[in-house]
Amino acid sequence: MTGLNFVGAGLIVIGAGLGIGRIGGSAMDAIARQPEASGKIQTAMLIAAALIEGIGFAALFAA
Amino acid sequence: MHRINLVKILSLLLLTVTISVNAQHDASTKAHEETTPQEKDLKTEIKEYIAHHLLDSYDFTLFSWTTDAGEHKYFSAPLPVIIYDGGLKIFSSSKFHHGETVAEVDGNYYKLYHNKIYKTDAEGTISYDEEHHPTNAKPLDFSITKNVVFIIIVAVLMFFMFTRMAKSYKGNLMPKGMGRMLEPIILYIRDDIAIPNIGEKKYKKYMGYLLTVFFFVWIINLLGLTPLGVNVTNNIAVTLALALITYFLTTFTANKNYWKHIFWMPDVPVLMKIILAPIELLGTFIKPFALMIRLYANITAGHIVLMSIIGLMFVFKSWIGSPLSFGLAFALALLELLVAALQAYIFTMLSALYFGMAVEEHDDH
Repeated sequence: MTGLNFVGAGLIVIGAGLGIGRIGGSAMDAIARQPEASGKIQTAMLIAAALIEGIGFAALFAA
Repeated sequence: MHRINLVKILSLLLLTVTISVNAQHDASTKAHEETTPQEKDLKTEIKEYIAHHLLDSYDFTLFSWTTDAGEHKYFSAPLPVIIYDGGLKIFSSSKFHHGETVAEVDGNYYKLYHNKIYKTDAEGTISYDEEHHPTNAKPLDFSITKNVVFIIIVAVLMFFMFTRMAKSYKGNLMPKGMGRMLEPIILYIRDDIAIPNIGEKKYKKYMGYLLTVFFFVWIINLLGLTPLGVNVTNNIAVTLALALITYFLTTFTANKNYWKHIFWMPDVPVLMKIILAPIELLGTFIKPFALMIRLYANITAGHIVLMSIIGLMFVFKSWIGSPLSFGLAFALALLELLVAALQAYIFTMLSALYFGMAVEEHDDH
Protein backbone atom coordinates (compact mmCIF):
# COMPACT_ATOMS: atom_id res chain seq x y z
CA MET A 1 0.00 0.00 0.00
CA THR A 2 2.79 2.43 -0.77
CA GLY A 3 0.59 4.53 -3.05
CA LEU A 4 -1.70 5.62 -0.24
CA ASN A 5 0.86 7.81 1.48
CA PHE A 6 1.11 9.87 -1.69
CA VAL A 7 -2.67 10.36 -1.55
CA GLY A 8 -2.22 11.43 2.06
CA ALA A 9 0.52 13.85 1.11
CA GLY A 10 -1.77 15.31 -1.57
CA LEU A 11 -4.59 15.76 0.96
CA ILE A 12 -2.20 17.49 3.36
CA VAL A 13 -1.08 19.90 0.66
CA ILE A 14 -4.72 20.63 -0.26
CA GLY A 15 -5.57 21.30 3.37
CA ALA A 16 -2.55 23.48 4.04
CA GLY A 17 -3.12 25.35 0.76
CA LEU A 18 -6.76 26.05 1.62
CA GLY A 19 -5.75 27.25 5.07
CA ILE A 20 -2.99 29.55 3.90
CA GLY A 21 -5.19 30.77 1.05
CA ARG A 22 -7.92 31.76 3.51
CA ILE A 23 -5.42 33.57 5.71
CA GLY A 24 -3.99 35.45 2.72
CA GLY A 25 -7.45 36.32 1.39
CA SER A 26 -8.71 37.56 4.75
CA ALA A 27 -5.54 39.60 5.21
CA MET A 28 -6.12 41.20 1.81
CA ASP A 29 -9.70 42.09 2.83
CA ALA A 30 -8.47 43.51 6.09
CA ILE A 31 -5.76 45.60 4.41
CA ALA A 32 -8.29 46.91 1.89
CA ARG A 33 -10.56 47.95 4.73
CA GLN A 34 -7.82 49.46 6.89
CA PRO A 35 -4.72 50.21 4.83
CA GLU A 36 -3.07 52.01 7.76
CA ALA A 37 -2.95 48.75 9.75
CA SER A 38 -1.29 46.80 6.93
CA GLY A 39 1.98 46.30 8.82
CA LYS A 40 0.32 44.65 11.79
CA ILE A 41 -1.96 42.58 9.56
CA GLN A 42 1.00 41.33 7.52
CA THR A 43 2.83 40.24 10.66
CA ALA A 44 -0.19 38.39 12.01
CA MET A 45 -0.78 36.82 8.60
CA LEU A 46 2.79 35.55 8.36
CA ILE A 47 2.67 34.05 11.84
CA ALA A 48 -0.61 32.26 11.17
CA ALA A 49 0.63 31.03 7.80
CA ALA A 50 3.87 29.81 9.38
CA LEU A 51 1.94 27.86 12.01
CA ILE A 52 -0.21 26.11 9.39
CA GLU A 53 2.87 25.44 7.30
CA GLY A 54 4.59 23.89 10.31
CA ILE A 55 1.67 21.49 10.85
CA GLY A 56 1.61 20.74 7.12
CA PHE A 57 5.29 19.85 7.03
CA ALA A 58 5.01 17.74 10.17
CA ALA A 59 2.16 15.78 8.55
CA LEU A 60 4.08 15.48 5.26
CA PHE A 61 7.00 13.92 7.09
CA ALA A 62 4.66 11.47 8.76
CA ALA A 63 3.08 10.58 5.38
CA MET B 1 27.52 12.93 -13.56
CA HIS B 2 26.90 14.09 -17.13
CA ARG B 3 29.16 11.57 -18.78
CA ILE B 4 27.54 8.22 -18.65
CA ASN B 5 29.55 5.47 -17.14
CA LEU B 6 30.33 3.19 -20.09
CA VAL B 7 30.91 0.01 -18.15
CA LYS B 8 27.69 0.46 -16.22
CA ILE B 9 25.67 1.00 -19.41
CA LEU B 10 27.27 -1.97 -21.15
CA SER B 11 26.58 -4.29 -18.25
CA LEU B 12 23.02 -3.03 -17.94
CA LEU B 13 22.44 -3.52 -21.68
CA LEU B 14 23.87 -7.01 -21.45
CA LEU B 15 21.59 -7.74 -18.53
CA THR B 16 18.48 -6.51 -20.36
CA VAL B 17 19.39 -8.49 -23.46
CA THR B 18 19.78 -11.63 -21.36
CA ILE B 19 16.50 -11.03 -19.58
CA SER B 20 14.63 -10.31 -22.79
CA VAL B 21 16.04 -13.40 -24.49
CA ASN B 22 15.18 -15.56 -21.51
CA ALA B 23 11.66 -14.25 -21.25
CA GLN B 24 11.20 -14.47 -25.04
CA HIS B 25 9.71 -11.03 -25.32
CA ASP B 26 8.36 -9.86 -28.65
CA ALA B 27 10.22 -7.33 -30.71
CA SER B 28 8.44 -4.22 -29.47
CA THR B 29 9.05 -4.85 -25.76
CA LYS B 30 12.65 -5.75 -26.49
CA ALA B 31 13.18 -2.45 -28.22
CA HIS B 32 11.47 -0.74 -25.30
CA GLU B 33 13.64 -2.48 -22.75
CA GLU B 34 16.79 -1.62 -24.62
CA THR B 35 16.10 2.09 -24.53
CA THR B 36 14.89 2.38 -20.94
CA PRO B 37 17.96 1.37 -18.92
CA GLN B 38 19.89 4.41 -20.02
CA GLU B 39 17.02 6.72 -19.12
CA LYS B 40 16.37 4.94 -15.87
CA ASP B 41 20.04 5.11 -15.06
CA LEU B 42 20.03 8.86 -15.63
CA LYS B 43 16.94 9.36 -13.48
CA THR B 44 18.31 7.36 -10.57
CA GLU B 45 21.61 9.15 -11.00
CA ILE B 46 19.87 12.53 -10.68
CA LYS B 47 17.94 11.27 -7.65
CA GLU B 48 21.14 10.02 -6.05
CA TYR B 49 22.85 13.31 -6.80
CA ILE B 50 20.06 15.27 -5.09
CA ALA B 51 20.07 12.92 -2.10
CA HIS B 52 23.83 13.28 -1.92
CA HIS B 53 23.60 17.07 -2.03
CA LEU B 54 21.17 17.09 0.90
CA LEU B 55 23.61 15.18 3.07
CA ASP B 56 26.53 16.59 4.97
CA SER B 57 29.90 15.45 3.65
CA TYR B 58 33.45 14.92 4.85
CA ASP B 59 34.98 16.87 2.00
CA PHE B 60 34.16 20.06 0.18
CA THR B 61 33.39 19.03 -3.41
CA LEU B 62 32.59 21.66 -6.02
CA PHE B 63 31.96 19.18 -8.83
CA SER B 64 32.75 15.64 -9.87
CA TRP B 65 32.66 13.74 -13.11
CA THR B 66 33.29 10.29 -14.56
CA THR B 67 35.93 9.78 -17.22
CA ASP B 68 35.44 7.55 -20.25
CA ALA B 69 37.48 4.90 -18.48
CA GLY B 70 34.85 4.81 -15.72
CA GLU B 71 37.08 6.59 -13.21
CA HIS B 72 35.49 9.05 -10.77
CA LYS B 73 37.22 12.42 -10.65
CA TYR B 74 36.54 15.04 -8.01
CA PHE B 75 37.31 18.72 -7.81
CA SER B 76 37.37 18.97 -4.04
CA ALA B 77 39.20 19.88 -0.86
CA PRO B 78 39.55 17.33 1.96
CA LEU B 79 38.47 18.34 5.47
CA PRO B 80 39.75 17.07 8.81
CA VAL B 81 38.07 14.02 10.31
CA ILE B 82 38.06 13.88 14.11
CA ILE B 83 36.80 10.70 15.70
CA TYR B 84 36.94 9.31 19.22
CA ASP B 85 37.51 5.58 19.22
CA GLY B 86 39.58 4.62 22.24
CA GLY B 87 41.46 7.89 21.88
CA LEU B 88 41.16 10.96 19.75
CA LYS B 89 42.11 10.36 16.12
CA ILE B 90 42.56 13.17 13.65
CA PHE B 91 43.20 12.55 9.97
CA SER B 92 42.40 14.02 6.59
CA SER B 93 39.23 12.92 4.83
CA SER B 94 41.33 12.39 1.67
CA LYS B 95 42.16 8.99 3.20
CA PHE B 96 38.62 7.84 2.39
CA HIS B 97 38.98 8.75 -1.29
CA HIS B 98 35.30 9.78 -1.35
CA GLY B 99 34.21 6.53 0.24
CA GLU B 100 35.99 4.38 -2.34
CA THR B 101 38.78 3.10 -0.10
CA VAL B 102 39.30 2.06 3.50
CA ALA B 103 41.22 4.51 5.70
CA GLU B 104 43.82 3.08 8.04
CA VAL B 105 44.58 5.03 11.22
CA ASP B 106 46.85 3.64 13.96
CA GLY B 107 46.03 0.05 13.04
CA ASN B 108 42.27 0.63 12.90
CA TYR B 109 40.28 0.65 9.67
CA TYR B 110 37.42 3.00 8.88
CA LYS B 111 35.13 3.14 5.89
CA LEU B 112 32.51 5.59 4.68
CA TYR B 113 29.13 4.01 4.06
CA HIS B 114 26.20 6.29 3.17
CA ASN B 115 28.20 9.24 4.44
CA LYS B 116 28.74 7.71 7.89
CA ILE B 117 32.02 6.45 9.30
CA TYR B 118 32.09 2.77 10.29
CA LYS B 119 34.86 0.74 11.86
CA THR B 120 35.76 -2.18 9.60
CA ASP B 121 38.49 -4.75 9.03
CA ALA B 122 41.32 -4.23 6.52
CA GLU B 123 39.10 -5.21 3.55
CA GLY B 124 36.37 -2.77 4.53
CA THR B 125 33.64 -5.41 5.00
CA ILE B 126 30.37 -4.05 6.29
CA SER B 127 27.92 -6.53 7.76
CA TYR B 128 24.18 -5.92 7.77
CA ASP B 129 21.23 -6.99 9.86
CA GLU B 130 18.02 -8.24 8.24
CA GLU B 131 16.77 -4.69 7.60
CA HIS B 132 19.98 -3.87 5.73
CA HIS B 133 21.28 -1.57 8.45
CA PRO B 134 25.04 -1.87 9.00
CA THR B 135 25.96 -3.56 12.26
CA ASN B 136 29.55 -2.29 12.32
CA ALA B 137 30.70 -0.16 15.24
CA LYS B 138 30.38 3.59 14.76
CA PRO B 139 33.09 5.70 16.38
CA LEU B 140 32.09 9.01 18.03
CA ASP B 141 32.33 11.58 15.30
CA PHE B 142 33.42 15.20 15.90
CA SER B 143 34.61 15.84 12.35
CA ILE B 144 34.87 19.26 10.80
CA THR B 145 32.43 18.47 7.99
CA LYS B 146 31.31 20.77 5.20
CA ASN B 147 28.44 22.13 7.31
CA VAL B 148 30.72 22.82 10.26
CA VAL B 149 33.14 24.67 7.98
CA PHE B 150 30.37 26.91 6.70
CA ILE B 151 28.96 27.54 10.17
CA ILE B 152 32.46 28.65 11.25
CA ILE B 153 32.86 30.82 8.13
CA VAL B 154 29.52 32.55 8.73
CA ALA B 155 30.30 33.00 12.43
CA VAL B 156 33.68 34.61 11.66
CA LEU B 157 32.14 36.75 8.91
CA MET B 158 29.39 37.96 11.23
CA PHE B 159 31.85 38.63 14.04
CA PHE B 160 34.05 40.89 11.91
CA MET B 161 31.12 42.49 10.11
CA PHE B 162 29.28 43.50 13.26
CA THR B 163 32.28 44.50 15.38
CA ARG B 164 33.42 46.80 12.58
CA MET B 165 29.94 48.15 12.28
CA ALA B 166 29.72 48.81 16.02
CA LYS B 167 33.05 50.63 15.92
CA SER B 168 31.91 52.89 13.11
CA TYR B 169 29.18 54.26 15.40
CA LYS B 170 31.74 55.54 17.94
CA GLY B 171 32.03 59.30 17.74
CA ASN B 172 29.35 59.98 15.16
CA LEU B 173 25.98 58.38 14.83
CA MET B 174 25.87 58.50 11.04
CA PRO B 175 26.07 54.94 9.75
CA LYS B 176 28.99 54.14 7.44
CA GLY B 177 29.67 51.27 5.07
CA MET B 178 27.87 48.08 6.09
CA GLY B 179 25.94 50.05 8.68
CA ARG B 180 24.05 51.90 5.98
CA MET B 181 22.75 48.65 4.61
CA LEU B 182 22.11 46.81 7.85
CA GLU B 183 20.90 49.57 10.16
CA PRO B 184 17.32 49.52 8.83
CA ILE B 185 17.17 45.73 9.24
CA ILE B 186 18.47 45.87 12.81
CA LEU B 187 16.05 48.68 13.66
CA TYR B 188 13.24 46.66 12.09
CA ILE B 189 14.07 43.67 14.28
CA ARG B 190 14.11 45.91 17.35
CA ASP B 191 11.04 48.02 16.61
CA ASP B 192 8.79 45.53 14.84
CA ILE B 193 9.82 42.16 16.24
CA ALA B 194 11.37 42.55 19.69
CA ILE B 195 9.46 45.49 21.26
CA PRO B 196 5.89 44.53 20.22
CA ASN B 197 6.34 40.89 21.25
CA ILE B 198 8.56 41.06 24.32
CA GLY B 199 7.66 44.49 25.66
CA GLU B 200 9.42 47.80 26.13
CA LYS B 201 10.95 46.88 29.49
CA LYS B 202 12.51 43.50 28.82
CA TYR B 203 13.37 43.30 25.14
CA LYS B 204 16.99 44.39 25.58
CA LYS B 205 18.39 41.18 26.99
CA TYR B 206 16.97 39.17 24.07
CA MET B 207 18.13 41.49 21.29
CA GLY B 208 21.56 39.83 21.06
CA TYR B 209 20.09 36.43 20.39
CA LEU B 210 17.36 37.65 18.05
CA LEU B 211 19.81 39.59 15.87
CA THR B 212 22.30 36.73 15.84
CA VAL B 213 19.76 34.11 14.88
CA PHE B 214 18.21 36.33 12.21
CA PHE B 215 21.48 37.14 10.47
CA PHE B 216 22.89 33.64 10.89
CA VAL B 217 19.87 31.94 9.35
CA TRP B 218 19.56 34.57 6.63
CA ILE B 219 23.21 34.52 5.54
CA ILE B 220 23.42 30.76 5.63
CA ASN B 221 20.17 30.40 3.65
CA LEU B 222 21.51 32.81 1.04
CA LEU B 223 24.77 30.86 0.84
CA GLY B 224 22.63 27.79 0.17
CA LEU B 225 21.47 29.42 -3.08
CA THR B 226 25.00 29.86 -4.40
CA PRO B 227 26.56 27.10 -6.51
CA LEU B 228 28.88 26.24 -3.62
CA GLY B 229 26.49 23.52 -2.55
CA VAL B 230 26.13 24.81 1.01
CA ASN B 231 23.19 23.22 2.77
CA VAL B 232 23.52 23.98 6.43
CA THR B 233 19.91 24.80 7.37
CA ASN B 234 18.60 21.68 5.65
CA ASN B 235 20.49 19.63 8.16
CA ILE B 236 18.01 18.88 10.93
CA ALA B 237 20.77 18.82 13.56
CA VAL B 238 21.57 22.48 12.88
CA THR B 239 17.95 23.61 13.15
CA LEU B 240 17.58 21.41 16.24
CA ALA B 241 20.47 23.28 17.88
CA LEU B 242 18.92 26.65 16.98
CA ALA B 243 15.50 25.61 18.28
CA LEU B 244 17.09 24.23 21.48
CA ILE B 245 18.71 27.59 22.18
CA THR B 246 15.31 29.27 21.85
CA TYR B 247 13.78 26.59 24.08
CA PHE B 248 16.41 26.96 26.80
CA LEU B 249 16.25 30.75 26.70
CA THR B 250 12.46 30.60 27.04
CA THR B 251 12.56 28.06 29.85
CA PHE B 252 15.33 29.60 31.91
CA THR B 253 14.24 33.21 31.64
CA ALA B 254 10.57 32.48 32.23
CA ASN B 255 8.91 34.12 35.23
CA LYS B 256 6.44 32.76 37.79
CA ASN B 257 3.52 33.92 35.70
CA TYR B 258 4.56 31.73 32.74
CA TRP B 259 4.77 28.57 34.83
CA LYS B 260 1.51 29.41 36.53
CA HIS B 261 -0.18 29.62 33.14
CA ILE B 262 1.21 26.21 32.23
CA PHE B 263 0.59 24.18 35.38
CA TRP B 264 -2.33 25.98 37.01
CA MET B 265 -4.16 28.10 34.46
CA PRO B 266 -5.91 30.95 36.31
CA ASP B 267 -9.60 31.79 35.84
CA VAL B 268 -10.71 28.36 34.57
CA PRO B 269 -12.52 25.55 36.45
CA VAL B 270 -10.40 23.05 38.38
CA LEU B 271 -11.21 20.17 36.04
CA MET B 272 -10.04 22.24 33.09
CA LYS B 273 -6.86 23.12 34.98
CA ILE B 274 -6.05 19.44 35.30
CA ILE B 275 -6.76 18.78 31.63
CA LEU B 276 -4.88 21.86 30.44
CA ALA B 277 -1.68 21.28 32.42
CA PRO B 278 -0.32 18.33 30.33
CA ILE B 279 -1.45 19.98 27.09
CA GLU B 280 0.30 23.22 27.97
CA LEU B 281 3.39 21.34 29.08
CA LEU B 282 3.44 19.45 25.80
CA GLY B 283 3.00 22.76 24.02
CA THR B 284 6.30 24.04 25.41
CA PHE B 285 8.05 21.19 23.59
CA ILE B 286 6.00 21.41 20.42
CA LYS B 287 6.83 25.09 19.91
CA PRO B 288 10.59 24.63 19.46
CA PHE B 289 9.93 21.36 17.60
CA ALA B 290 7.81 23.25 15.07
CA LEU B 291 10.57 25.87 14.76
CA MET B 292 13.06 23.11 13.97
CA ILE B 293 10.83 21.32 11.44
CA ARG B 294 9.71 24.53 9.72
CA LEU B 295 13.18 25.83 8.91
CA TYR B 296 14.51 22.39 7.99
CA ALA B 297 11.56 21.40 5.79
CA ASN B 298 11.30 24.73 3.98
CA ILE B 299 14.93 24.81 2.97
CA THR B 300 15.06 21.10 2.14
CA ALA B 301 11.94 21.33 -0.02
CA GLY B 302 13.37 24.36 -1.81
CA HIS B 303 16.65 22.61 -2.56
CA ILE B 304 14.96 19.41 -3.76
CA VAL B 305 12.60 21.25 -6.11
CA LEU B 306 15.33 23.52 -7.45
CA MET B 307 17.68 20.63 -8.14
CA SER B 308 14.93 18.49 -9.69
CA ILE B 309 14.07 21.32 -12.07
CA ILE B 310 17.71 21.65 -13.05
CA GLY B 311 17.73 17.87 -13.49
CA LEU B 312 14.91 18.20 -16.07
CA MET B 313 17.52 19.53 -18.48
CA PHE B 314 19.24 16.16 -18.54
CA VAL B 315 16.02 14.16 -18.69
CA PHE B 316 14.41 15.93 -21.67
CA LYS B 317 17.47 15.99 -23.91
CA SER B 318 15.69 18.13 -26.49
CA TRP B 319 15.54 21.80 -27.39
CA ILE B 320 12.66 22.34 -24.97
CA GLY B 321 14.48 21.03 -21.90
CA SER B 322 17.10 23.70 -21.35
CA PRO B 323 14.98 26.85 -21.71
CA LEU B 324 12.16 25.30 -19.68
CA SER B 325 14.49 24.19 -16.93
CA PHE B 326 16.37 27.49 -16.98
CA GLY B 327 13.20 29.58 -16.80
CA LEU B 328 11.66 27.54 -14.00
CA ALA B 329 14.91 27.41 -12.04
CA PHE B 330 15.34 31.17 -12.41
CA ALA B 331 11.82 31.90 -11.15
CA LEU B 332 12.21 29.42 -8.32
CA ALA B 333 15.58 30.83 -7.31
CA LEU B 334 13.96 34.25 -6.98
CA LEU B 335 11.25 32.70 -4.81
CA GLU B 336 13.94 30.99 -2.74
CA LEU B 337 15.59 34.37 -2.15
CA LEU B 338 12.32 35.46 -0.57
CA VAL B 339 12.00 32.20 1.38
CA ALA B 340 15.56 32.58 2.72
CA ALA B 341 14.69 35.94 4.27
CA LEU B 342 11.16 34.91 5.26
CA GLN B 343 12.30 31.84 7.18
CA ALA B 344 14.93 33.87 9.04
CA TYR B 345 12.22 36.43 9.83
CA ILE B 346 9.73 33.83 11.01
CA PHE B 347 12.30 32.06 13.18
CA THR B 348 13.21 35.37 14.83
CA MET B 349 9.58 36.44 15.10
CA LEU B 350 8.39 33.22 16.74
CA SER B 351 11.41 33.17 19.08
CA ALA B 352 10.51 36.70 20.14
CA LEU B 353 6.89 35.63 20.61
CA TYR B 354 7.92 32.75 22.89
CA PHE B 355 10.26 35.00 24.88
CA GLY B 356 7.39 37.46 25.20
CA MET B 357 5.14 34.74 26.62
CA ALA B 358 7.86 33.75 29.07
CA VAL B 359 8.35 37.21 30.55
CA GLU B 360 4.79 38.50 30.32
CA GLU B 361 3.55 40.06 33.56
CA HIS B 362 0.04 39.38 34.72
CA ASP B 363 -1.00 43.01 34.67
CA ASP B 364 0.20 43.41 31.09
CA HIS B 365 -3.12 42.19 29.72
